[in-house]
Amino acid sequence: MSGAEDGRREVLARIRSANRAAGVTGSTEPTAPSGPSVPSVPRDYATTGALAAGSVEVIDLLEDRLVDYRAAVTRCYDAGVADAVRAALDAAGARRVVVPPGLPPEWVPATGLDTVVIDDGSLSPAQLDEMDAVVTASTAAAAVTGTIVLDGSPDQGRRAISLVPDVHVCVVGAQQVVHSVPELLARLEPSRPTTFISGPSATSDIELERVEGVHGPRTLHVVLVIEPDDAA
Amino acid sequence: MTTFIGMPTTVTAPRGVGQLRGEQTFPRAARVAVGDAQLRQNLAHATGTIRAKRAAVVAEVDDWEQLRLAGQAIKKQAMAQLDEHLLALERAVSARGGVVHWARDADEANAIVTGLVQATGEREVVKVKSMATQEIGLNEALAAGGIQALETDLAELIVQLGDDCPSHILVPAIHLNRAEIRDVFRAEMPGVDPDLSDEPRALAEQARKHLRARFLSAKVAVSGANFAVADTGTCLVVESEGNGRMCLTLPETLITVMGIEKVVPSWRDLEVMLQLLPRSSTGERMNPYTSAWTGVTPGDGPKAFHLVLLDNGRTAALADRTGREALHCIRCSACLNVCPVYERTGGHAYGSVYPGPIGAVLSPLLTGVEDNPSLPYASSLCGACFDACPVRIDLPGMLVDLRRRHVEARATASPVPSPEAIAMAATAWTMSDASRWRRAGRAGRLGRLLARPRGRIRSLPPPLSAWTSSRDLPSPPAETFRDWWTRTRGGR
Repeated sequence: MSGAEDGRREVLARIRSANRAAGVTGSTEPTAPSGPSVPSVPRDYATTGALAAGSVEVIDLLEDRLVDYRAAVTRCYDAGVADAVRAALDAAGARRVVVPPGLPPEWVPATGLDTVVIDDGSLSPAQLDEMDAVVTASTAAAAVTGTIVLDGSPDQGRRAISLVPDVHVCVVGAQQVVHSVPELLARLEPSRPTTFISGPSATSDIELERVEGVHGPRTLHVVLVIEPDDAA
Repeated sequence: MTTFIGMPTTVTAPRGVGQLRGEQTFPRAARVAVGDAQLRQNLAHATGTIRAKRAAVVAEVDDWEQLRLAGQAIKKQAMAQLDEHLLALERAVSARGGVVHWARDADEANAIVTGLVQATGEREVVKVKSMATQEIGLNEALAAGGIQALETDLAELIVQLGDDCPSHILVPAIHLNRAEIRDVFRAEMPGVDPDLSDEPRALAEQARKHLRARFLSAKVAVSGANFAVADTGTCLVVESEGNGRMCLTLPETLITVMGIEKVVPSWRDLEVMLQLLPRSSTGERMNPYTSAWTGVTPGDGPKAFHLVLLDNGRTAALADRTGREALHCIRCSACLNVCPVYERTGGHAYGSVYPGPIGAVLSPLLTGVEDNPSLPYASSLCGACFDACPVRIDLPGMLVDLRRRHVEARATASPVPSPEAIAMAATAWTMSDASRWRRAGRAGRLGRLLARPRGRIRSLPPPLSAWTSSRDLPSPPAETFRDWWTRTRGGR
């Protein structure tokens, strides 16, 4: 396709010509002889938060921010995850549950539920829509913005399963929680399909007033797994 | 096309396609808009709400100014080596199974996307809100190719159902209030609840019902991108409703149209941008959903990914020493919300999909100022836009520069000086001599006669009527400053 190659070559040539015309050399060398060099980025903003990852304070902040954006939050110890997950499912009236293949099976026992489907990648979007809820783990969380990240790891699953069901129960371990956004991004692997979640779906499209509940899960229930020493 | 050695060739966005030019000048369109009391009420309410939210969440961030400086430098760096960053992006996306296309202008981008959709055999695509595809008129081009594009963002859906035009970068239906939106839904949405209320929650619920089945069966999606990371090949879409996640995840084919200026050099740069954008845009600490994907991931999401890199006048802006900064814009819309002109006229008056202060700069840069000559004047130059801009774009400075060029171009093109040019020349002659200036100041007191009895001059004959048609002129003082100084020695 020579037409396509022409477009590529010409856009690149226009960019180079434009930068020359504007007197920008494109060199990263500060001592470049011709014209101004590329500025370095001043990174004197905070790259670490004041609160330690996994600390009681950082968990408190995460909970505060999640609740502010209308997510439900409960805390439990390691041994209590199954009970906390079940309570979250019951509170939402969820009977049909899908889970990713790598989720610890003891977190969602099938007893008392209509069905627990372990996703093998074969469920269509329409079949996922038949599910009431999804239970996943998470990769990391930033307390200051109330943000939880899923990256498609086996205990989080492909993106569709945490999107289509209307209730998302997400289990977050204390050691996964950092204070700031820079700390969160440093923990992520860019090449993975990544979803940053800050509360249930919402819109500000009507008079710029925020209302929760549009296309994504309308209920986000976060189960925070704390360590016994942290119990206040 | 011809390339002249030593003289840069700049190519602006073509006419006759997309939405970068209005059918009438800004002053004409604005006159209609400010006469619409309902519109002004809607805009004042919505922009007032968002200004308060933004101010509150920005005040929470101690290092906001450092983040702005970093954001500015990141974009400057990205533009300085734009060719290298785009090539790196292309390599990374290709290595992960994506296909990169380069589009010189709107027509080429539209042809690429239409061809890609036709190759799938599908007749319908779901769309994530995207400024770039609005700019190039993609929906119209797809329709001409027999493909229906369904907007899935709530505000875009409202605009599409009402056969209306977007009027804001973030909230395209900002010009409508809840009752007007309810009326659009009732009139245009198939299967709508006839008793639908105007509660935002009920309207959002209705949109969910309307789009649910379409999401679940969609085979092709078209999106924009808020950022693309050169060194990893990762594209990001920042959104709230989950319509973005639906479109980016469920279909088999994803086509992303992205302006070439959206590239950032490294993954680490997102630690700045993802703090600046949500707080400036929706006034949230973080938007509900951000999706990041790198090419194709087997077993998760679309099986085919196409990234269309769009120029459409951006390189012409890049060639402009002052104007190139407009390419730093991350489309947060904070400058619209704080602008006293935008708040009163709304977005339609600007004629371009990019309204407000950034639109008044970006639109003429993309089209050439001769195609949008009135937009650089759509500002009071109060400077609120610069203060609100998360990447510190000097919008007032650029507006003044564009005005200067417009005036100079007009002077070169016309053998007859404009009344404004004559007035400026006369003023320069007067001000260059002390006694002339003193006499002129005293003569100005004659204007007091015109100002009686209200103390304001309400109308002047042409060409001065251009000023007084929309403003009063204060009465000149009884005594000039120089006379006052001579008499009182500065009040001592």
